[in-house]
Order: sequence, then structure tokens, then C-alpha cells
Amino acid sequence: MGKTLFDKIWEDHVVKHIPDGPDVLYIDRHLIHEVTSPQAFSALKEKGLKVFRPDRTFATCDHNVPTLGQDRPIEDESSRNAVDRLAENTAANGITYFPLGDPGNGIVHVVGPEQGIVLCGQTVVCGDSHTATHGAFGNIAFGIGTSEVEMVMATQCLLQSKPKQARIVVDGTLAGNVTPKDVILYIISQLGTDGCTGCFVEYSGEVFRNMSMEGRMTVCNMSIEMGAKGGIVAPDSKTFDYISGRRFAPAGDEFRRAVARWQDLKTDDDAVFDREYRFDAADIRPMVTYGTNPGMGVPADGVIPETAVGCDKATFDKALAYMGFRRGEPMAGKKVDYVFLGSCTNGRIEDFRAFAKAVAGRKKAPDVTVWLVPGSKEVESKIESEGLGDVLRAAGFEIRQPGCSACLAMNADKIPAGMYAVSTSNRNFEGRQGYGARTILAGPLVAAEAAVTGRIGMPV
Amino acid sequence: MDKIDIVSSTAVLVPVDNIDTDQIIPARFLKTVSREGFGEKLFYDWKYNADGSPNPSDPLSGQKGVILVAGNNFGCGSSREHAAWALHDAGFKAVVSSSFADIFKNNALNNCLLPVRVTEDYLDRMTRVLKSAPDTVVTIDLGAQTISVPGAGEAKFEINGYKKECLMKGYSDIDYLLSDKEAIMAYERKHF
Repeated sequence: MGKTLFDKIWEDHVVKHIPDGPDVLYIDRHLIHEVTSPQAFSALKEKGLKVFRPDRTFATCDHNVPTLGQDRPIEDESSRNAVDRLAENTAANGITYFPLGDPGNGIVHVVGPEQGIVLCGQTVVCGDSHTATHGAFGNIAFGIGTSEVEMVMATQCLLQSKPKQARIVVDGTLAGNVTPKDVILYIISQLGTDGCTGCFVEYSGEVFRNMSMEGRMTVCNMSIEMGAKGGIVAPDSKTFDYISGRRFAPAGDEFRRAVARWQDLKTDDDAVFDREYRFDAADIRPMVTYGTNPGMGVPADGVIPETAVGCDKATFDKALAYMGFRRGEPMAGKKVDYVFLGSCTNGRIEDFRAFAKAVAGRKKAPDVTVWLVPGSKEVESKIESEGLGDVLRAAGFEIRQPGCSACLAMNADKIPAGMYAVSTSNRNFEGRQGYGARTILAGPLVAAEAAVTGRIGMPV
Repeated sequence: MDKIDIVSSTAVLVPVDNIDTDQIIPARFLKTVSREGFGEKLFYDWKYNADGSPNPSDPLSGQKGVILVAGNNFGCGSSREHAAWALHDAGFKAVVSSSFADIFKNNALNNCLLPVRVTEDYLDRMTRVLKSAPDTVVTIDLGAQTISVPGAGEAKFEINGYKKECLMKGYSDIDYLLSDKEAIMAYERKHF
């Protein structure tokens, strides 16, 4: 029987198998940030240990950082302390760190690929559930807890049981107003928020083959929102072109030899998955969520259904009560107070291009607060070099500085209680964007429409 | 690490599906750099209103016990181990659900908090019993891999054999990995 892409990468990283137990899995890249690492560094220090392979470890600060005035010290004392601690810990262990304001700084899952840290056929972990993003390059990438962060720091390995595997195939051609975010929101709405728990997912088919690297990252990023351990897309020439020439990527002959190896990273024709799902691109439309988990989604001109996959009645009722919505109501025309473009899901240059194109020649709605937050310093600088900044400012928008921002509201970017926010981020959980905040997840085009009309509507 | 063998207690029942880690511990409490003190922040936004006053409709209020019984897909969302730390710090020894998010499950196991996965049918039965008789004592026997609830019967649950031994003997993964450095370095020599 043939092997899946996942099987091949996994087997290549097994240091040893424990009978009736997990595998000792070698980790190629460890990405760290200031929220889930300090306790691991402390524990290491208590044991008298240092980071075992600092050259495989890279750090950035993102969750706690302000998105205005980054040239000044962080005002919030505990946020400042967390960021300072990361600077101390990385310096003490010889780890490459992109501090606030550094050209390499940004959200960990934007920076990793951008800097050429994340390649193909690797194992990549980070104390962050959206580590699944890096599967877009044909990697086994998954989020871990702080105890596991400590294990990787100490030994560059984890004890992991091999998960089940699922394949999601989407064939056909997407309509012009359908973005990669809509594709993944659609898939999650069909499978439910725990539809792939215990599974690693390979995305295949025409839609993902035709998708840009940024789009594949958006899709893989949200694998965790249907419970998957991670998502993976087989690398191709688009992947290799993206990596080529990046700061930490191999160069010259070394790069050519790497590409020759990476060409083999694909699932065998006769490989068998534990589960297989097929969808048709023609059924996918611009999506919005109406509830408090990412599986509660409908097309932007759809109505709120009677129930959602994987949600009992009490849970569904609780979600609608929190959102202030009722069954049967249309989503189109609903008033929006805030719009957030950014996060590790949709904070890349392609998202800003899509948003800018959609708002070009139009004006920001006066009663909507719009936060445009680049995913990294590199995205921020591209926004200006590509002239998108001028387009956005002419339409009445302000561009903030990079960070996780309103995705989880650990910094000052909080949505006030009761307010509705159209967010290109990944989670619409209760309180996720601030106490009592009501999140409507969407792609950059629906967000652009909301920013200029102040309402939910279908992008053109 | 602590050890687990038999856990016997009344249960705290929260029959809600998809309880995510943002509910278990809101992100604004993750700024601290220590592992301590998260217990008092557990389910904070359920327990308290925006002004800090107690929420009268808090689903946990008045319930006591070291076993949490929740709806399907417990612990979904963020990888924050703070969720497991908060539950452990608040005194919980086990969580019962019909499914657990993968990262939460690993975090729980690494903190001697036992995730007990039962069938939806059994969860329904025990939920009904606990609703009508909140003083019911639930017993979880890790060695025998059983959970029993008077009135709902007994059920078996699965756990990885290695993890079971770790929990019963108080071993942690990091000690295992550190003892295996030779094999890890041999792997590196072979591959790089």
C-alpha cells in the first residue's frame, strides 16, 4: 500500500518508537513567541539546561504588542514584561529573535515562511494552535502546549502518537469573489468544529493546486478550527518559488538539491486515508459566521439556519443569544461596528491587495471603526511599496503596525462589549476579541464590503 | 509530577458542547510569565460580569468536586496550556467528555489532569443522573480504565499505555526525552 505525504515526513522524523506508546519525533523548526514560552524557559533554567538546538529555534513577539506607537516602550506593564522576558531568554540561549520594530518582526506564522525559516518536508512546532499554517509548504506543523515547548527546547524532540489521516479534495473553479478564507470557512461549516479531531488533513484537488502560497497558508491555518492536528498541501513549483531567495532558506546549489528532494513530497496514488471528503468549488460562496464557533457559517447572503453541524440545541441557542441573532434571519444587511483585517489567517500581502482593490475609489463608512493590521514588517513595507497604502488612505483608512491585535485582544485592540466586528481572523469564540465582543468571521473581500457600507453584504 | 490512580468525587457538570480554551481561561490572563495562580481565573467570564460582580447565571456556581463533566469537543481552540494549569490549579483531577481537542488532551496529560473520553450515549446518561442527583459520587479508576456513576452504570475508557504508566507513576515526557539524548544525537548524525 502506498504512503501519504504525511506518512513519508513522519517516518523520516521518527527517532524511535516506544512499544504501546508514542514515537520520539524529531523537530526541525521550533518557533516561539512571548506568551507560551516564558514558563518553558524558566523550567529549563530550573533543571540547569539550555536550549539544545538554538539554531533550529526562532522567536518573535506578536501577541502582546501594540499596533500603534511601536517605537515607544509598551505601556501595559505585564505585556511589556512578557516581551522583555522573551528578549532576555532568547539572548541567554543564543536564539535568533525578531524584536519589535525589527524588519523581521511580525506574527510568528507570517514571519516563519517570510524569512525562509520554514521549508518543505519538515516538522514544525510552536506553542500556538495556528502553527498548522506551515503545512501549506508540505510540512507536518502543529501547535503544542508549554510543557511540550520545554521538551523541544531541551531535546529538539516530542513524544507523539501518529494521528489518523483525512483528505479533503476540492475540485472545480472558484468564483471571482470567493477567497481561500471562504473555502476553509465553507469546509468547516460542512464538517463541524470537531469534524477532524484526531486527524491530520491533506488538502488536495484543483482548488488548492491553483491557490497562491498565501491562500494555502490561510486554509492550513484554520485546520485547527475543525479540530485537525494540522493541514498539509503537497509542495509544487509555487512553493519552491516562494522559498527561493528568502533570508534563512538554502541558496545556490544547496537550494537546487533541496528542491530535487522536495519534488518527491507527495502522496502515492494508492495511499489510503482514514477519511476522505470531497467538495465542489461551485458550491462555495463568500462566507460569514453567525455564531460562536468557526463551524457556524453561511454564505454572506444566507440566512441563519435552525442548527449547525456538531452543535446541540442548548449550545446553538447559547451562541445565538450571545450574538443577538435569531434563526431564519438573513445575514446580509446586518449592521457592523468594527472591521478587522489582519491576523495569521489573513494578514498577508495578498489580503491587503484584495482589500485595497475592493475599496479603491470608495470611502470608509463613517460609523465603522476599521483596523488594518499587517501581519509583519515585511507586509507593512510591501503595502507601501506596492502603492496600496495610498489607495487605502485615499479611501479613509489608517494602517496600523504589525501584531496579532484584535484576533485575541491581548493588546489594546479590543472590540467593546456588544459590538459587531467583521474579522478576518480565525475564532469567533465568546469574548475572543474582547469581553462581550461579537465576532463575524469572513474573508478580506467581505471585510472590505463591510468597511465601506457598514453592513454585511456580498462582495462584487 | 503528581500521580493519578483512583479519583472519586462529586462532579461539576457543565453540559455545553465546544467549550473552548478562551472560555476556560480568557486571553487577557495569559500575560503572566509564571504557571501559578490560574485557578482563580478559571471560567472567569462565566463567573463574573464585566464590572467584576458575580454572574448569577454562572453554570458552575454552587457545584463542588474534582471531576468536571462537560459537553462534546472540550478544550477546542488555542493551544494555551494555561487552560490545563487553571483546571489543575482549581483542584480538578479529571475531565469527562465525549471528545477532547488534541492539544488540550496532551496539555492535560502533561499536567496530571486525566481526560476521560466516554461515548455520547454514556455522557448523556451520566448528565441526566448528575442533573437530578448532583450529590452523586463519580469514580474514575485509571488502572482499570473505568468510570462509574451510580444510576448510569460503568464504562471503559481508552488511554495510551505509555501515558497511563506516566500518570500512575508520576513520570513526565521530558524526563523520558532527556534520558534518550544519545538516540536523538544519533538521529541527527544520520540525517544532517
